[in-house]
Amino acid sequence: MPLAFPFSAIVAQEEMKLAILIAATDQSIGGVLVFGDRGTGKSTAIRALAALLPPMRVIDKCTYNCDPEANDAGLCESCRTRRSKDDIKVRKAPVPVVDLPLGATEDRVIGALDLESALTRGEKAFEPGLLARAHRGFLYIDEVNLLEDHLVDSLLDVAASGENVVEREGLSVRHPAKFVLVGSGNPEEGELRPQLLDRFGLSVEVKTPQDLKTRVQVVRLRDEFEHDPDAFIAKWKRKDGKVRNQIVKAKERLDQVEVPDAALERAAELCMKLGTDGLRGELTLIRAARALAALEGDDAVTDDHIRRVAPPALRHRLRRNVLDDAGSTTRVERAIQELFGS
Amino acid sequence: MMPTARSESGAPAAHHPHQSAEQSAAQPASQPAPPQRPDPWQDACMAAALFAVDPAGVVGLSVRALPGPVRDLWLEMLRDYLPPETPLRRIPLHIADGRLLGGLDLSATLRAGRPIAERGLLAEVDGGVVLLAMAERVAGSTAAHLSAVLDAGEILLERDGLTARTPTRFGVVALDEGADDEERLPNTLIDRFSLLIDLNPLAWRDVQQLPPDMELADILAARERLAAVTVDDDALDALCGTALALGVDSLRPTLAAVRVARVAAALAGREQPAPEDVSLAARLVLAPRATRLPMPEQPEDEMPEEPPPPEENQDDSEQDKSPEQEIDKPLEDQVLESAEAAIPANLLAQLQLGALRARSRTSGKSGATQSGSLRGRPAGTRRGEPSATARLNVIETLRAAAPWQRIRRAEREQEREQKYRAVDAPVAKQSRRKGRASPPVAARPRVEVRLDDFRVTRYKHRSETTTIFVVDASGSAALHRLAEAKGAIELLLADCYVRRDRVAMIAFRGATAEVLLPPTRSLVRAKRSLAGLPGGGGTPLAMAIESAVDLADGIQRRGGTPVVVFLTDGRANVARDGTGGRAQAGEDAMSAARLFRAAELTAVVIDVSPRPRTEAEQLAREMAAVYLPLPHADASALSNAVKAVV
Repeated sequence: MPLAFPFSAIVAQEEMKLAILIAATDQSIGGVLVFGDRGTGKSTAIRALAALLPPMRVIDKCTYNCDPEANDAGLCESCRTRRSKDDIKVRKAPVPVVDLPLGATEDRVIGALDLESALTRGEKAFEPGLLARAHRGFLYIDEVNLLEDHLVDSLLDVAASGENVVEREGLSVRHPAKFVLVGSGNPEEGELRPQLLDRFGLSVEVKTPQDLKTRVQVVRLRDEFEHDPDAFIAKWKRKDGKVRNQIVKAKERLDQVEVPDAALERAAELCMKLGTDGLRGELTLIRAARALAALEGDDAVTDDHIRRVAPPALRHRLRRNVLDDAGSTTRVERAIQELFGS
Repeated sequence: MMPTARSESGAPAAHHPHQSAEQSAAQPASQPAPPQRPDPWQDACMAAALFAVDPAGVVGLSVRALPGPVRDLWLEMLRDYLPPETPLRRIPLHIADGRLLGGLDLSATLRAGRPIAERGLLAEVDGGVVLLAMAERVAGSTAAHLSAVLDAGEILLERDGLTARTPTRFGVVALDEGADDEERLPNTLIDRFSLLIDLNPLAWRDVQQLPPDMELADILAARERLAAVTVDDDALDALCGTALALGVDSLRPTLAAVRVARVAAALAGREQPAPEDVSLAARLVLAPRATRLPMPEQPEDEMPEEPPPPEENQDDSEQDKSPEQEIDKPLEDQVLESAEAAIPANLLAQLQLGALRARSRTSGKSGATQSGSLRGRPAGTRRGEPSATARLNVIETLRAAAPWQRIRRAEREQEREQKYRAVDAPVAKQSRRKGRASPPVAARPRVEVRLDDFRVTRYKHRSETTTIFVVDASGSAALHRLAEAKGAIELLLADCYVRRDRVAMIAFRGATAEVLLPPTRSLVRAKRSLAGLPGGGGTPLAMAIESAVDLADGIQRRGGTPVVVFLTDGRANVARDGTGGRAQAGEDAMSAARLFRAAELTAVVIDVSPRPRTEAEQLAREMAAVYLPLPHADASALSNAVKAVV
């Protein structure tokens, strides 16, 4: 595993880093899509995510990292059986951050017969795929707009139901597969399908920094990292630990953050003003604002939280107005100004 | 001891001409004259040497040249610079993902009885160099695979039932054989490559007179020195400032320039990059990616007696640097001047052409590529059943079935055993009278194929082009030149016939825009509709544009590629709601033109006025369409012009 650039050492790109922290705090938001120019640190930030996540509790000897506190419907078949026999132990494991490479085949994504068992022992056995490995974690797709269509269809189906149903090669297996989708790409390479676009909770646009000091700092830090990765990571370990603690505390505080009715009304007003389709925008906006409040140690969601998370939560859900020369981000910001008056 | 001493003494001697060249170049820099334009062949040789020192660190080198003796000589030199044991592999354009990344080695797997992975080409080339032939035509997915492996330094394999991570670090030499400015490398690769060189302007005669002055021993010595080279803040500031001034947005090229400066310092035997190393990095890495020329921040001329270049650079430096770093100004000025000198003289013209060509698209059979059909170029396989829209790939189906033969054979044996045991009792009873009878041996199929094994082929093909003619049949147009416009359209129809286009026709006059002819392949019907088209009435231009957008949108939904040809004088006098009035009609036409532009369609506006007027030209500009005035009574020249554009 190649060493990842530390998250706290990433220069600028505050919106991208904030969106990633929000997705790490509250996985029900539904993931992050990072679109933008080349060479802006998209893949670097997402790959640095693995080092930030605190360990989670899993059932021991379970291939699917089942949650010991889930009800029976959320467990895999073998864990359900073992729980009825009261034969369950718990251990800690790192949160999986699974990379879906571009050349992946369908059987490796979904899961299939175990080739080794079939060839060596002549037995039928199920080998889990990437979706199983990503359960309760993150599934990262680089160059998401180059993904094959049939793989996208499989991903959408599993992401919607939270369960992977495998019916192939004489197998009939179902197992939980709840994961957060994280994608990155360059809009010049191609458009993203609307179904896949709506699946991402937050959408971030990154741009190249234009001032000289920022660019010098980016190049200096990256050059230092490439020269001696181990020393660089050790140097930034304390700051990364601070970010990790922030996530841990935010996760603990998330359930106690109050969402007043005034905040709900503001979110609904904003979505109505922008004309977003469906209600997923409101849900994501409120959840993201709550996660932001938890990250910052606040007790309740305020207008400031909603204002800051509105662009990433709503910019990719706008109905396209071909006669409006302004981009999506500009429209969201204009609506925010009209609503919050600043 | 002696070989080391010889190489050490050789390195300064080899670089002495280079340094003297730098010194001679530095003297004119202090004078008003601009820096000398660098020699392209010497830069190409230096690029080969830099790449040979650290192929994985430099990541990529793009050589833009048609096949010929100059390119062959350069490749031979690069081969000489690399150690003999360096793996050097050539990637063909048609390489499949399984061969590029690796996968299941089917024959070895079946022979050994356990899964055996096949190392892909990128794994075999670890520590070496990959040669990408005809790189400007490489597929987007192959470029994405290369980019992912170059970024991560390993191959992440998830295919054919195998999961593997294979570390591999290599450099890429991309042979860019693009004939014109539109044929280029994929942007993902250009962004990651460090060095972009162009051998096209060089002739064999120029190359012969300038032999390279470096040897393999110099490369090997530089490799050993590379780890000890550090880059100071002055060099970082200079390279970042130069990249910003030249409009190089992505930060990867700036990082690449830092790396190249370090390699250049190692090659010259220095522990830190000197100003000439930084200038070389800026010239080779940043200058080919310039999107604008450096501009002074202050347009006012505060020191008229000073020569212009130092003044511009000084103004730029003052904007970027704090007073305590005044000692750094000369370095950045020098680096920027060096990079600026390497920019081709016609950069502005090229940028403008590039911006225009960015929107141009081919027509005819060469529409946009599209997946999901029964014809075209194969693009891999997927699991599925053969049907009217999917064709079975027999070889891939058998490949998918092969690993499971053992388990299926065992299953069938088990079934036969159970059947035999069920039949055994009656046979046993009868055996008391007739004796034991042996069961018949059933014939077995050689390969057992099941539904899950079926693989269908996926195709990519270019979608069909439909040309939409929007004809102005109003009174003003008919009075002048409707007959000539019809003649021009007939010639264009002949071109559509040659290209196997479909055609559609919209006529607008009076208060309506009417679809005379829905999209069809029948050009005879098109000619008949055109011949019978009467003239007269007002000019409802806004309605015509909106009808064209609707028809084009329908064509796109059905998978085609629309091209719209307007024939009008641009003088609208009927508004969108059908009422008269030139002012409102003009506004509506411009609004519809913006709608047309937002739809991102390819269009040509042919001005049928007796003399070219501003209305049609403004309309074309608003629609982002190509404007062509109809020459006087020359439909053939018009047809040639449209053919060149569309």
